[in-house]
Order: sequence, then C-alpha cells, then structure tokens
Amino acid sequence: MDYFAQQLINGIVLGSIYGLIAIGYTMVYGIVGMINFAHGDIFMIGGFIALISFLILVSFGLTVVPVILLIVLLVSMAITALYGWTVERIAYRPLRHSFRLAPMLSAIGMSFVLTNYSQVAQGARVKPVPPIITGGYTLYEADGFVVRLSNIQIIVVITTVVLLAIFTWLVARTRLGRDMRACEQDQTMAALLGVDVDRTISMTFVIGAALAAVAGMMYLLYYGLVDFFMGFVAGIKAFTAAVLGGIGSLPGAMLGGLLIGLIETLWSAYFSVEYKDVAAFSILIVVLIFLPTGLLGRPEVEKV
Amino acid sequence: MGVTTPAAHSSAAAQAPGAAFIFKKALISALVALVLFSLMIGVRTEAGSDGQLTYWTRFGDLAAMVATVFGGSIVVELLRQWWGPVGTVRIVPPSVQSGLALARRGIAPVLLTLTFLVPVIFYNERYILDLGILVLTYVMLGWGLNVVVGLAGLLDLGYVAFYAVGAYSYALLATNFGLSFWICLPLAGILAAFCGVLLGFPVLRLRGDYLAIVTLAFGEIIRLVIINWQSLTGGPNGVTGIPRPTLFGIPLTPADDGLAALLGIEFSPTHRIVFLFYLILALALLTNWVTIRLRRLPIGRAWEALREDEVACRALGINTTTTKLTAFATGAMFGGLAGAFFATRQGFISPESFTFHESALVLAIVVLGGMGSQLGVALAALVMIGGFELFRGLEQFRMLVFGLAMVLLMIWRPRGLIGHRAPTVFLHHNQAISSDLVKEGHG
Repeated sequence: MDYFAQQLINGIVLGSIYGLIAIGYTMVYGIVGMINFAHGDIFMIGGFIALISFLILVSFGLTVVPVILLIVLLVSMAITALYGWTVERIAYRPLRHSFRLAPMLSAIGMSFVLTNYSQVAQGARVKPVPPIITGGYTLYEADGFVVRLSNIQIIVVITTVVLLAIFTWLVARTRLGRDMRACEQDQTMAALLGVDVDRTISMTFVIGAALAAVAGMMYLLYYGLVDFFMGFVAGIKAFTAAVLGGIGSLPGAMLGGLLIGLIETLWSAYFSVEYKDVAAFSILIVVLIFLPTGLLGRPEVEKV
Repeated sequence: MGVTTPAAHSSAAAQAPGAAFIFKKALISALVALVLFSLMIGVRTEAGSDGQLTYWTRFGDLAAMVATVFGGSIVVELLRQWWGPVGTVRIVPPSVQSGLALARRGIAPVLLTLTFLVPVIFYNERYILDLGILVLTYVMLGWGLNVVVGLAGLLDLGYVAFYAVGAYSYALLATNFGLSFWICLPLAGILAAFCGVLLGFPVLRLRGDYLAIVTLAFGEIIRLVIINWQSLTGGPNGVTGIPRPTLFGIPLTPADDGLAALLGIEFSPTHRIVFLFYLILALALLTNWVTIRLRRLPIGRAWEALREDEVACRALGINTTTTKLTAFATGAMFGGLAGAFFATRQGFISPESFTFHESALVLAIVVLGGMGSQLGVALAALVMIGGFELFRGLEQFRMLVFGLAMVLLMIWRPRGLIGHRAPTVFLHHNQAISSDLVKEGHG
C-alpha cells in the first residue's frame, strides 16, 4: 500500500508533464485538424533552453533559487514559443489548403530538423544537471518504507495547476480564446466575421509551445537531464494522452496525461520497466479501437 | 476552406514589393533567427569529465547563422518575385507536352536497361555496386509501401516493422534451423503479411492521422519487443552469422563446390555482389509486376476507390474490411521479402536498423515519387539514397538536410515529383444527366 502511494505520487508528477505537452497537441488538432508531429521536439528544445539559461544564470553568480527558476521559466517559455511560431510559419502555413497528408509529412520533416538541429548545436551526449531543488517531506513511514513527497514534485504539480487555471481562463474569457473557439468550429465563417484566422492559429502554436517549454523545464528539474532524442517518445506519449482524453478537449488532455503518467509508473512498478513504452503505445491502440473519441471528446460526425 | 480568390493573386502581382519591403522582411527574419539561435547556437554545453556541466560561447557561429538567414531571406524574396505569384498557370506548348509525354514513356525501359547493365559496366567498382543494391532495396520498399499509401491511401508510418519482421524471420530461421534462403524468403513474406493483417485488424475503423499514429506506435512496439525479447532476438546485440544466399543451393564461395569452381572460372568476391544485385533487382521487379497486375484486378480497383472516397466505396458495396486488410498484407509481404534480403546481404542485423527514421525515409520516397506512380517511386529512391550518399561525409547534417528537404518538398511540390493520382479507370465521356433524374429518390 505504501509502495502504491509512492508510485501514485510519482505517476501524478509524470502525468502533469505529459498533460502539459498534450495540451499543445490537442489545441492544434482542434483548430487546424493536424497532428503537430514536431511538438515533442518543441518540448525537447524547451528543456535545452531551460538548461542553458540556467547554466548562464548560475555562472553569473545568481544564487537565489526562486529568482533563477522564474527567469529560466520565462526565458524558456518565450524562446520556445518563438520556435513554435517559426515552425508553424515555415512548415504548416503554406500547406494549410494542401492535401490531407502534406502537413503531416511536413511536420515529420520538421521533427527531424529540430532533433538533428539540437544534436548538431549541442552535441549528442546526455546533459546532466545537479539537483537544483532538493528536500521534501516524509508523508508517513510504515514497515520501514518511507512515502516521500519531494519539493520538486510539489513544484511540478503546483506549476501545472496554476498554468492550467490561467490557460482555462484564457480560452474561456478572453478575446483570443473566443477567436480560437470560433476558428475551431468554422474557419471560413470566423474569417468572415472578422477573426484573423492566421494570427489565431499562430497564437495557438505559440501557447502550445510555451506550455511544452514549461513541461521541458519541469522534466529537466525532475529527472535532472536532457538529451536531443527525448522529444520523440515523450511526444508520442503525450499524443496518446491527448487521444485518451478526447482530442480537442483541454480538460481531456490533462486527464489523459495524468492517466498515462499513472499507467506508465504503475506498469514500471509492478510489471516490467523494459515494456513500459510498449504499454503506453498499446494503450494508444486500444483506446483508438474501443473509444475513438476519447474520454471527454465529442464524436466526430462524418458528412458526405 | 479554400477561400483565396483570383483577385487576391492579381492584386499581389500588381504591387510587387519594393526593396524597402524586402529589406524589412529580411531584417525581421534575422531578428527572429537571432532570438531562436541565441542560446541554442550561441552557447554550447558539454558535460565535463567530472560530470559537471560547462559551457562556452560561440558568438561567431551565431553571427554567421543570423547573417545567413538575413541573406537567405532576401534571396528567397527575390526568387519569389521573379517566379511570380504561386497561382499562375504556365502554358506549355503542345509540341513540348507531347515531347515530354514521349520522354516519360521512354524513360522506364531506358532506366531498366541501364539498371541491368550496371554490374557489367561497373564490375570493378565495388562502391557503385553496393550503392546500387541499397538503392534497389529502397526501390522495393518504396514499391511495397506504395501499395498501402499510394494505392489504398492508408498512411502507414510503421512500415519498417514489416521490414524488421522479414529480416528477423530469415535471420532466426536460418541461424536456428539452418533453412536455406530460398525456403525462408517466402516464409518471411508470409510472416510479414500475417503481421500486416495483425496490424490491419485494429486500425480498420481509423482514418487519416489517427491511422498514421497507430501504425507508428505499432512500428515502435515491434522494435521495443525485438530489443527486449533477448532470449529470442539477442536484444540490442542483434543476430550475427546470418548465412549468405546461395544460387539455388550452389554457394558463392571459393570452396570446391562453389559456383566459381563449377563454372571453372577464377573466384572473385564480386560474384556475390553481382548476384545480390540481380537478386534484389528481380525481387523489386516482382514487386512492381505484382502491383501492376493487382491494379487491374477488382481488388486493385477497390484500393483506388478506397483512396478516393471511403464512404462512397461502402455505399457501392465494396467490402472495406477485406480491401484494407489485403492492402496491408500485400504491402507488408513485400516489406518482409525486402527484409529477408537485407538480412542475407548484411549478414548481421540489430534493432538499430529498424528505427522510425527508416519508415520516414521510405514514406518520403513514396511521397516524393508521387504516391501511386511506380516510376516516380523508383526515381525518388535514386534521388533520396543518392542524395544521402552525397552527404556521407557530413554524418551529423544528413538527417537535418533530409528533414529540411521533406518540408521544402511538401511546400514546393506536395504531389511529388511525378504526380500520378488519377484512378486507373474513369469515364471518358461526361454524361449529362438531367436535373429531374437526380431528385431525391430517383437518382
């Protein structure tokens, strides 16, 4: 039971990271109707930028941890958001009215570009960082097994919840959110009613990338490493989370992220670590077969 | 959604952007590039020997990159002006058109003849022969995937899984049971086809992007199982000592019963390379022949109908289940055959050869080739693999260039180099139907 509780905590933390990435997938799919294959790599870029800005700040002699974290968070969000904007501008916008597979293939190409760009720019070796946030609380101790909640875990979950709240407000209450929802329903009609569709789509990519940057930074803080290849698997898992929650649905993406995180952690804890990715991918297949609209998604009606 | 009007094009053409506009645009691009590259290129991190991360700055590289973006942006803008608006229809005179059509008809036999002659001309150029074998392997994979993507319109991102199944089938059957290549080849094909059906069943109801992601997940599952099922597959170490193919039982070795000894000629290792070249050529041509024949059968027509419109297909009484499954199985079978060939050529296989990159490469070949055009796929394989070889010295930049090429191709020619997507059969005369015939319940 204690072991289970500990795994539950770990799973929720991992799930928060997946959920943050999944929101980017689900938003883009909702508006443009394409899988942004490069989104996992945007997450990886976010991790790298957090790492580099952290190193620079530390070398300048800054020692106040909360200040460092805040600056790193803002810098990585801003630069990664620009990456998201650039990717959309270069690879997706010219293809918006092209045939169905074109954006998908362009996205795969972009994913290769980003992966190998970071490999060339920052080297192929894994980049470890020393633990920045240490300490934690012992929740309870039973039979010699300690259930711990570390500070970094608290930070990850709180950051996720805060961002999610801001984001929900953004979509539900602001002009931009209304434009986004309008574009999701009918782009032509939205354009006729004065919504700048191009700008709205760009902003969707920017927001998705900023959230992915947060996820990348949390990943860096939590696991203490980044490498150029981490975007691929994390991206597929986050996409699985988006599908599981119902693609197009924001609470669904978060819920799906939590579920995938929990399933992966519990699978590793009770079955086998080697097959944890197989488990996650199998869930994707099973969900798509039995629950194609996901947990909170709306059924897609095909019109002829 | 296509709401671009002709008026928009003409107005864009009327006021060609001036030098100030181009300069401003380039400046913005350079600024964006400066922010993008500032940390990723301007700063280089590396873990030191004591595990401590260090960094050093590379402002020279950063400046060079930003300058490149600035210059490139101006060049692109000038090119765009020179090329004119995208929508312009270029009128090709009929004489040139018929000449092109003739060239297009003539290119396939010429290419085939040249391919047959490659081992004769380049007998002493081991490098070119090896490259030829590689290109032909990808031609075969491209033709196999073409059945699934080009004909049936099912986007498959996990094609490498069948390649892996074929390769491991041959490798394991040959090393464990000592079966010969010619027995294993059909077995590998059958096993891969079986895997194709296995994948096909769950994804029957999916379409488009979902299908793509599930096939991708399937490909990854197969790779992960190969890595982790160490007792069977040897895990990351792979399978070594895979037997070389024989000419129907006659080994191509310097031994007394080898081919060279039987024919009374001096042995040379090139014999085996030439044999492998013709073997993969035969396999690829088999793939091509079967595909072309299948296209003329009802099943091939059903594939093309499925690609064009699934709902209409069902309304016409075509069984989409079997249609999809046969497409997956056929494509997978060719992938399996190519995999078996790959195993026997390499003599060693490991999971590293079957990553997602391979799937993407084969898919890129099919898309570049125009999805459905056999000749296009062959040419695309030649261009892609040849291009890859050109960048061999720049190992790191290869995939970067590959990705960029994929993006640019999609923007420039989304239909591939040789667009060929017209159904094989269609009505030659448009029949005018009176509107009172198509009223509800009558049409």
